Amino acid sequence: MRTNLLNFLAGILTVLVLLSSCRPKNAATAISGDAAVKSFVAPGQYDEYYNFVSGGFSGQMSVYGLPSGRLFRVIPVFSVDPEKGWGYSEETKPMLNTSHGFVPWDDLHHVELSQTNGEINGKWVFGNANNTPRIARIDLKTFKTAEIIEIPNSAGNHSSPFGTENSEYIVAGTRFSVPPDDADGDVPIDSYKKNFKGHISFISVNQETGKMDIAFQLKTPGVNFDLARCGRAKSHGWFFFSTYNTEQANTLLEVNASQKDKDYIMAVNWKKAEEYLKAGKGKKQKVKYAHNVWDDHAHTGTSTIKTEVTVLDVSEFKDICYMIPCPKSPHGCDVDPTGEYIVGSGKLAALLPVFSFDKLQAAIANKAYDGEYEGIPVLKYEEVLYGEVKKPGLGPLHTEFDGKGFAYTSFFVSSEIVKWNIKDLTVVDRVPTFYSVGHLCIPGGNTRKPSPKYLVAYNKITKDRYLPTGPELAHSAQLFDISGDKMQMILDFPTIGEPHYAQAALADLIKNNGQLKIYKIEDNKHPRVAKGESESKVVREGNKVHVYMTAIRSHFAPDNIEGVRMGDEVYFHVTNLEQDWDVPHGFAIKGANNAELLIMPGETTTLKWVPDRVGIFPFYCTDFCSALHQEMQGYIRVSPAGSKTPLTFHVGKLPSVEKPVQ
Amino acid sequence: MRNIKIILVFATLAFVIACGGNNQKPTPDSNASSVQKKSEVSDYDPNRGEGKFNEQNVILDASLNKAFADAGEIASGVKCTSCHKMSSERLVGPGWKGVTERRTPYWLMNFITNPDPMIDKDPELQAQLELCLVRMPNQSLADEEARNILEFMRKNDGVK
Repeated sequence: MRTNLLNFLAGILTVLVLLSSCRPKNAATAISGDAAVKSFVAPGQYDEYYNFVSGGFSGQMSVYGLPSGRLFRVIPVFSVDPEKGWGYSEETKPMLNTSHGFVPWDDLHHVELSQTNGEINGKWVFGNANNTPRIARIDLKTFKTAEIIEIPNSAGNHSSPFGTENSEYIVAGTRFSVPPDDADGDVPIDSYKKNFKGHISFISVNQETGKMDIAFQLKTPGVNFDLARCGRAKSHGWFFFSTYNTEQANTLLEVNASQKDKDYIMAVNWKKAEEYLKAGKGKKQKVKYAHNVWDDHAHTGTSTIKTEVTVLDVSEFKDICYMIPCPKSPHGCDVDPTGEYIVGSGKLAALLPVFSFDKLQAAIANKAYDGEYEGIPVLKYEEVLYGEVKKPGLGPLHTEFDGKGFAYTSFFVSSEIVKWNIKDLTVVDRVPTFYSVGHLCIPGGNTRKPSPKYLVAYNKITKDRYLPTGPELAHSAQLFDISGDKMQMILDFPTIGEPHYAQAALADLIKNNGQLKIYKIEDNKHPRVAKGESESKVVREGNKVHVYMTAIRSHFAPDNIEGVRMGDEVYFHVTNLEQDWDVPHGFAIKGANNAELLIMPGETTTLKWVPDRVGIFPFYCTDFCSALHQEMQGYIRVSPAGSKTPLTFHVGKLPSVEKPVQ
Repeated sequence: MRNIKIILVFATLAFVIACGGNNQKPTPDSNASSVQKKSEVSDYDPNRGEGKFNEQNVILDASLNKAFADAGEIASGVKCTSCHKMSSERLVGPGWKGVTERRTPYWLMNFITNPDPMIDKDPELQAQLELCLVRMPNQSLADEEARNILEFMRKNDGVK
């Protein structure tokens, strides 16, 4: 009897061990053999890819190397960043201006690399601010935010910044439908169906300068726009937007926006919209939004408030938008490299519908409609459907493509990545991601020509993965080698914030695209530049004291300043005179209420400092610059208001020393 | 005797390990190029320095080219005089007085346009680094700018 019991227990134990070995409990057990070697990049050697990763609620964008997973840089975009003085220096403050005033933070969800002919061109990367709707353009010559444009008529800019295949447009679809800006928004919330509208913005991009402009907006029914993808190759000229809450609920959406079996993917013929605009069918509408532009020569941002936008109400034109029914609360709607297949990922659906662009065109030609949704034709599901991937997993979110006929879809609920064949819709491989994977990235995975060597999965929850750091943990990214038939995890690394999307490009494309190493001092057009120590000076203008300061290894000029009085505002305009790569200087002063400066070679940057007490305040360089870096320091003297201390400044003047007694 | 053998084995091992690094791809920055060219130290000509300038392509008039010197004074104000005085007094770097008498014109032009490799090789520059402790930064001078600065140095040294 006892032996039987023991045997029984041993049997159960064996089954348990076998079961648990079927499915690794953590990433460590999933890595085997030479996996780690594949991701090792020796110091001094370069990664194959740049990976631009959204910083989620940090509001910034981070730059990683692939396959090493090394973090190279955090680019400040929508959130102030004291490390670089972003949003603190006088020159960068305008970049965070909005119609709501200075908004020093946001929630950067997605990234989009600029393209030419459906391939990454290495010029710019765009990012969206979800909270206070904005789109930013980052210049990949400087890795600096070059432009930020606010989006009117919108709230929650989630469905962006997705671009067309020549970056003709970057789109921004509103997540929350709200009353338009020119309407009286003081309406009962339960009048949602009557008063709330969606808007999708098409932002044009100048192909030479990158300069952005809101070309037009489409006014749509009041749904929630989630994600989007442009058509490419044969479907170029179209854009696809996933929607949820087509029920138009305004409370308890987790139930009330999950009523229908099918929501919609909205297909937009933007070439058609352009025709209507040319024909003068757009309506000018009064709005208010900020447009902020960085000038690389003046090293200064300027913010302009704009007051008009052109809107097309899609219900008035029957051939701009079409609704494709899609089960159920679709998240990602992703277009394959040929432009023929549109994959809908219904978060709550147990299958993956794949739509056909050719069938979409035929269905439109044949008017194979299933009625209308607030004036927009609804296409018959079966007429547009190419096929369904049956039982692929639970909670499909995002799909990326390898250009070899395979799609890779992330499954949030079943925590796995599933590789499937686009033609016959069969699953060919699946790997566990351990915790709630969200987003996927294959370099060029949204282009006509993916570069299918690696796939990165960005996880949303990271329990048990790394050393604990309190209740909040770093999110994890996992790198898979997808060069063979089977996916193989080769690295697992932490990220900042919560990455919602990432894109990657071949390193050569970016580092050989005119990368800037210094700002030429000759080209510095900052109004308060000091080109050389001889131009350093201190000038009083009323209660404002302007310090034209230079920095070079290893001193500031001037480094002794006297005659500042309580009640003064002091502006340190620091010019870095270095013309050598990787020699920024820092500038920090005791008691500064804002931040430090980090000044790139050849750049001028301004710190505003309002002394709060009488006394001597030291300043110093915060960024190691040479063996004498520690000596790079100085003093400023603050006297009481109304005092007669003369304004003086100098560098290199020593006090008169009494001769030592013999 | 046995101890010596052990030392030899270790020394050989260390040598092999040290050599292993040479297989790595050289990176394009100045540090790597200095490592790469260590073997060529003997080729270094302390009279000419290292760079694109030599007796053939740097030809000076006996008298001062005033236009060059004026342009050079402006360029020096932006890029040089934060660290160099016109007298013989050292600031961050050595004073400029007499520099055109101590150095050949092409050495000067090579050094101000290509400082890093020269600091790594030139014995006199290395001695100077021990005094100044700050490597002269590469200020990305254009050839023309360097020529103008040279002329300004000549003016400072009394060439009329």
